[in-house]
Amino acid sequence: MNTADQYLKAIYLAQRMEDGPASTGTLADILEVSPASVNEMIGKLEERGLVDHEKYKGASLTDEGLERAHDALQTYCIIERFLTNVLEVEEFRAEARTLESVIDDTVADRLDTIIDRPEECPDCFDPERDCCERLEVCGPAN
Amino acid sequence: MSLGQRVSSDHQLARLLQIGVVLEEVVESRAAHHLESLPPEKREAVDEEVRELLVEAAEESADHRERLEALIADLDAETVAYEEINALVDAQYGPPEDTDGVLYDQLCNEETAYKFYDDLIDAIEASDAEYALDRDRLLETLSEIREEEKEGVEEVTEIMEHRA
Repeated sequence: MNTADQYLKAIYLAQRMEDGPASTGTLADILEVSPASVNEMIGKLEERGLVDHEKYKGASLTDEGLERAHDALQTYCIIERFLTNVLEVEEFRAEARTLESVIDDTVADRLDTIIDRPEECPDCFDPERDCCERLEVCGPAN
Repeated sequence: MSLGQRVSSDHQLARLLQIGVVLEEVVESRAAHHLESLPPEKREAVDEEVRELLVEAAEESADHRERLEALIADLDAETVAYEEINALVDAQYGPPEDTDGVLYDQLCNEETAYKFYDDLIDAIEASDAEYALDRDRLLETLSEIREEEKEGVEEVTEIMEHRA
């Protein structure tokens, strides 16, 4: 997954958590980068028509951005589910985060042929718990 | 979250090589399933060229798997047994409609494997981390496998083109 897709996924999750535009601070926390880096990337995504940005409010995905964010989150869900169900990795969240930049969506699609993923994926992804709420190992909701 | 493509630890490297092994096992298992999924009369009709391609693909994947497993052993990690992946393929398998579908699936297998090794090589080269195994041997093995996947893509494409 490339950096732009990782940003789009983070904006999608932040919008869901904040129930509105994604603030620079939240995105910097999710992505573990500086607010300046976030602002620079938001500018580039805005130029590409994937994000709308309103000063002092934050970033929102356009329809095209939303579609790409959905795909990126789905790829992430495949990686998490594969790690926990096939490789039985306990720290699947932390590992998925380190692997997502190296795993392409075509590779994730192949891994998807051996995992049982809910049809509503990625809507069942819980941003607060950073995992699919349908995964047993995700644990109870707060 | 980790931005930027880079393999920064033995643990991450071992995990990616494990994923490579699983991808090879998926290719091997799906090739075997494709042959078995066809009813006997259709199995006869699958021409020798396609049958050979599937047999070769399964053999090549088994060979790649062994080479990856040798690297993983040096990192003190384990791999998932073929039987386990075969059972997972079996549980989700839907046979392609016809020989063209089989070839298309095979093309996806080879292209995906090529992309995986290509990204992995880039991510290793982008990192200056020292691994528990010899970096040159690692990159040489992965580059050889990538080359064979590239040849695999060309081979399937050629068969698809002259069948069209």
